[in-house]
Amino acid sequence: MFETIKEFASEFFVTGDPMILGAQVSIALAMVAIVFVLTYFKKWRWLWSEWLTSVDHKKIGIMYIICSILMLFRGGVDALLMRVQLAAPELEFLHADHYNQIFTTHGVIMILFMAMPLMFGLFNIIVPLQIGARDVAFPFLNSFSFWMFFAGAMLFNLSFVIGGSPDAGWLAYPPLSELTGSPGVGQDFYIWGIQISGVGSLASGINFVVTILKMRAPGMKLMKMPMFSWSVLASSVTIMFAFPILTVTLFLLFLDRYVGAHFFTVDAGGNPMMYLNLIWMWGHPEVYIVVLPAFGIFSEVVATFSKKKIFGYKSMVFALMSISFFSFFTWAHHFFTMGSGANVNAFFAVTTMIIAIPTGVKVFNWLFTMYRGKLSFPTPMMWAVAFIPCFVVGGMTGVMLSVAPADFQFHNSYFLIAHFHQVLIGGVVFGYFAGLYYWWPKMFGFKLHEGLGKWAFWFWNIGFYVCFMPQYALGLMGMTRRFNEYNFDMGWQPLNVVSTIGAFLMGIAFIFQVWQIAHSIRFMKKENTGDNWGQGRTLEWSIPSPAPFYNFARTPKVVAQDDWWEKQQRRERGEADPAEVIAADNAPLEPIHMPKNSGIPIIMSGFWFIAGFGFVWDWTWMVVLGLVGVAVSMLARSFNYNDDYYVQVDEIERIEAAAARGAN
Amino acid sequence: MSQANAHSHDHGHHDQESLKQFGFWLFMITDVILFATLFATFVVLRGNTASGPIGAELIEMNGIIVSTFILLTSSFTSGLALLSMNKGDKKGLILWLAVSALLGLSFIYLEVNEFIHLVHEGANIGTSAYWSAFFTLVGTHGLHVSIGIVWMTAIIFQIAKRGITPVTKRKVNIISLYWHFLDAVWIFVFSIVYLMEVM
Amino acid sequence: MRPVFRKLSAMLSVTLLLILTGCSNEKYLVLDPKGPIASAQKDLILITVAICTAIAIPVFIITAVIVWRYRERPNSKASYKPNWEHSTKLELTWWGIPIIAIIILAIVTVNYTYKLEPSTAIQSDKEPIEIQVTSLDWKWLFTYPEQGVATINYVQMPVDTPVRFKLTSDMAMNSFWIPSLGGQLYTMSGMAMTLHLLADEEGSYYGSGANFTGEHFAQMTFTANVTSQEEFDAWVEDVKATEAALTEEDVVKLKEKGTHEVAQFSSFPDNVFYDIMMQYVEEGEKGAHAHHVTTSEDAEASEHQHH
Repeated sequence: MFETIKEFASEFFVTGDPMILGAQVSIALAMVAIVFVLTYFKKWRWLWSEWLTSVDHKKIGIMYIICSILMLFRGGVDALLMRVQLAAPELEFLHADHYNQIFTTHGVIMILFMAMPLMFGLFNIIVPLQIGARDVAFPFLNSFSFWMFFAGAMLFNLSFVIGGSPDAGWLAYPPLSELTGSPGVGQDFYIWGIQISGVGSLASGINFVVTILKMRAPGMKLMKMPMFSWSVLASSVTIMFAFPILTVTLFLLFLDRYVGAHFFTVDAGGNPMMYLNLIWMWGHPEVYIVVLPAFGIFSEVVATFSKKKIFGYKSMVFALMSISFFSFFTWAHHFFTMGSGANVNAFFAVTTMIIAIPTGVKVFNWLFTMYRGKLSFPTPMMWAVAFIPCFVVGGMTGVMLSVAPADFQFHNSYFLIAHFHQVLIGGVVFGYFAGLYYWWPKMFGFKLHEGLGKWAFWFWNIGFYVCFMPQYALGLMGMTRRFNEYNFDMGWQPLNVVSTIGAFLMGIAFIFQVWQIAHSIRFMKKENTGDNWGQGRTLEWSIPSPAPFYNFARTPKVVAQDDWWEKQQRRERGEADPAEVIAADNAPLEPIHMPKNSGIPIIMSGFWFIAGFGFVWDWTWMVVLGLVGVAVSMLARSFNYNDDYYVQVDEIERIEAAAARGAN
Repeated sequence: MSQANAHSHDHGHHDQESLKQFGFWLFMITDVILFATLFATFVVLRGNTASGPIGAELIEMNGIIVSTFILLTSSFTSGLALLSMNKGDKKGLILWLAVSALLGLSFIYLEVNEFIHLVHEGANIGTSAYWSAFFTLVGTHGLHVSIGIVWMTAIIFQIAKRGITPVTKRKVNIISLYWHFLDAVWIFVFSIVYLMEVM
Repeated sequence: MRPVFRKLSAMLSVTLLLILTGCSNEKYLVLDPKGPIASAQKDLILITVAICTAIAIPVFIITAVIVWRYRERPNSKASYKPNWEHSTKLELTWWGIPIIAIIILAIVTVNYTYKLEPSTAIQSDKEPIEIQVTSLDWKWLFTYPEQGVATINYVQMPVDTPVRFKLTSDMAMNSFWIPSLGGQLYTMSGMAMTLHLLADEEGSYYGSGANFTGEHFAQMTFTANVTSQEEFDAWVEDVKATEAALTEEDVVKLKEKGTHEVAQFSSFPDNVFYDIMMQYVEEGEKGAHAHHVTTSEDAEASEHQHH
C-alpha cells in the first residue's frame, strides 16, 4: 500500500530535480503565506467582494495585468535558464528533457499567458473609458473570461510541479505530441490549460466587438473613435475568427490522445500535416491579434506626446483592418519546407509580403505625426520611439523569411528565432509597456517613477539587441532551434555567450520594472487630475484618476476626433463648447444602472479547472464532477434575474464632489 | 434635456436585450467557424479509411432521413413558439418549446442509437481517420443539440414562473436562433457527411 | 537626444548585419554556398536584404531627424502644425514605394520558388544518383539503392553530381538540412519527399535535423562528405568489402529510441526505406498517403510533390 502511494506520488509530483524541488517548496510556502496574511488581516471578505467577484472592467483589467507580470517573470526565468545552458558547448546545466520542457513552457507562457492577458488587461481598462461607456457590453462574461484565463494558466503552470511540463514545443506538432511521442501527462496539461484559457479569449473577443460597435458615447461615430479602440476592434474581430480554429484543433489532438482517434497519428489514416495547417490558421492571426493593439497604443502615445493629431487617421484604420483580414491568408509560410509545392509556396509568399505593406504605411504615419509636432519624451514615448527601428528591422527579416526558397535556409534556425522575438518584443512587448506606462496613472492615480523607468528602458533595449542580433548570425551559421546543446567545432559559442549576456540585461531590466512599481506605490504622489500627462486627447483623460467605479457621472456628448483635446483647445482659446456638449455636461444626474458582482465566473472556472485536471489524469469521476459543476453554474446564471442595481444620485454626487475637491 | 436622459435611462434596459441578441449573433459566427473547421477536417480525412470499413457500407440512410425530418420539424415548432410568444400566448409558447425540446430529444436518441450500431459494426472513433472525423463532426453537432435541449428546458421553467417579459423574450429569441442555426448546420452535415457518402 | 542614440545603435546593428553578409567567413554556412541551390538561395537573400535596406535606412534617418528636430524646446524654430494630418502626396509615396518594392520582390520570389522547388531535378550533364534518407529517433539512416550500401549519421556524395534525396521518417516529423548545399525539407512517415541537391566543391559539410523531434533532437547532426567520383567509388568498394551488413534486427534496434555512432554497412535489407516509410500504412489503404508510395524503381515517376 505504501509502495503504491510512493509510486503514485513519484509520478504525480515532479521529482528528481533540485531546481524544481526548490520551486515546489517556494510555491507551497507562498501559498501558506498568502493564506496567512489574508486571514491575519481579515481580508477574505474584501478579496471576495472587491476583486474575485467583481465584474468591473477596471478591476478585471488590473487582475489580468498582475497575472501577466507574474507570467513574464516565469517565462523570463525560462529564457535565462535556456541561455545559460547554451552559453557553452555541451554544457550539462540542464538535461535534455528538462531543456525541452523549458523552451516549450517559455513559448506557451509568453504568448498565451503573458502577452494575451496583458493585452486583455489594457483592453479592459481603457476601451470603455475611451468610448465614453460605463463598462463593457457583457460585464459578467468579462469576469468569466478572466477567470477562465486564470484557470487555464493555473492548470498549465501546475504541470511544472505535478505530473511534468509539456515538452513538444509551444505548438505541439504531432506525431511528437501524440501518445507515441509524448506519453506523459505534460502534453495533456498543455491541451487543457490552453483550451480553457482560449474559451475566455474568445468570449472577450465577442465582448469587445459588441462594446465598441454598440456602446460608444453619443456623437462618437466610428471614424471619430480613438485609434486604440480601432485596434481593439480589429484585434477582437480577428480573435472571433481565429480562436474557434484553435478550440477545434486542440480538441482533435485531445481526442487522439484520450480516445485513440486518428486525426494526426501516423497510422490508421491520420494526417499530421493537417495539424500544422490548422494550428497555424489560428497561429498566424494570433500574432496579429497581439500586435494590432500595440500599434493602437503607439498611435495614442505618439499623438499625445507630439501634441498633434495622428497623421492619416483613415489610412491607419484601413491599414489595421486590412492587416487583420490578410492575416488569415498567410499561414502556410510557417511550413514552406513541408513540401507543399511551388504553387502553394508562391501564393503564401506573396500574401505574406502583402501584409508588410499596410504595416510599413503605419510606420510612416507615426513618423509624420511626430513631424511638425512638439515632442516630449516621458517613458511611454521613449518606448514608442524605440519600437520604430526595432520593428522595422524585425519586419525586414520577416520579408526575408517570406521569400519561400530562401526560407528553406532560415526555417527553424536561430534566424527565425531572432525574427519572431524581434517583432514580438520590439512590437508587442514594447507597445504594451508603452501602454502600461501611459495609462498607469489613469488606473492608479499616480505616475510610475520616471528615473527607474528610464533604467528599465535602456536595459531592455540594449539587452534586446545584444541578445538577439547575434542570433541572426547564428542562424546564418547553421544553428538549429531547440537544440539543447551544440558542438564546440561549429564556432557558435562566442555569439551564444553574447546572446546570453543580453538576456541577463533584459532580466535586470525586469528587476528595475518591479522596483519601479514597488517604489512608485510607496513614494509617488497621488495626482489630483484626470488628465495626468496634461496633454490628453481622448475621453479617458476627462474623468478622475482613478476613475470612479461608474466611469462617467454623465454620458458625454462627443463632437470631434480627439474630443477631450479639442475641448481643452476651446478652453484655451476662450471658445464656448457647442450647445449639445454644454447640455450633456450639465445634465441633471440620473441613477446609474450597474451590474452586480457575481461569484459564478470564478466558481464555474474552478469547475473547468477540475474537469481539465480530471481529463489530464484520466480520472473520469473528476471529469464528471467538473462538468456537472459547469452545467450547474450555467443554469444558476440562467435562473438569476437579480443581477443589476442602480447607483443613486446622492452617491454619485458624493463621489464627484470628492474628486472635484482633489482636482486642480 | 431631461427627456433625452429619460430616454437614455430606458435605453439602458431595452438596449441590454438587443445588446445580448447582437452578442449572440457574433457568438454564432464563431460557432460557424468551429463547424467549418470540423467540416474541413472531415473533407480532408474522408478518404482515409485505412482499409477499414467505409461510411457507405455502414450508414443507414433511412434512419438519417427520419432524424433529419424530426430536427427540421423541431425547428418549425420553435418558430411556432416564437409566434405564440409575440402574440402574448404564454401557454402556446411553453407548449411549442416543449414539443421542440422533445423532438430534439428524439433526434439525439436516434443519433445515439446510430452511433451504437456503428460501433457494433466495427466502426468506432479509433478505427480510422475517417471515422474519427465522422464521429467528431456529427457528435459535436449532437452535443450542441443536447446543450440546447437543457437550455430550452431551463427557459421553459423560467417562463412558467415569470411569464413573457422583455428578458424572457430575449432568452426565447436567442434559443430559437440557436436552434435554427443547429438546423442549418445539420443540412450541411446531412449533405456532406451522409448524402455524399452514399451517392 | 537619447532616442536618437537609440536610432544610431539600431542602424549600427543593421550595418553590422550587412557587413556580416559580405563576409564569406566559413562559419556562415548559409553565406558560403558549396552548391548551386545554396548559391541561388544566397543570391535571393542578398537581393532581399538590398531591397529591404533601401527602405529601412531612409526610415531610420527620417526617424532620427524628426525626433531631433521636433523635440519641444523653449526657442525651437521648428514649425508646429497640431492639426496637419493629411497629405495625399505623402500617402501616395509611402503606399507606393512599399507596393513597388513588394511587387519587385514578389516577382523575384515567385520566379525562384519555381526554380528552386526541391522536387525539381537539377540540370546537369551527369546522371543523378539517388540516396534515401530516413530520420529516426535520434539518428539518420542513409541507404544508397544504386550502390547497395548504407550509412548512419553521415552521407557520402560524389562532387558535381546531382543527388536526388528521398526523405522519410520512422515516426516524428523532422527536417533534413545541409546549409552549405541548400535548403531543407521535412521528413514524414508515410511519404517520400524529394529533395535535389548538388555539391560543386569537395569537402565535409555540416548537416542537421531541423524540426524538433524530442529528447535527443540535438544529436540529429550529421556530416555530408563530398568527394571526387573516384574516391566515392573507392569508398563504396571499401564499405562493401570490409563492413558488416545492416540486418533486419539492426533495423529494429535503430527504431528504438536512442542515439547512434557514425557507421557504415555493406548492404541493407531490400526495400528497407519503403518498408519504414509505409510501416503505418495498411495494404490497400485509400487516402493521401497512397500517393507517395515509391521505391527506387518508380522514383522517376513520382517526381512532383503532393498538395
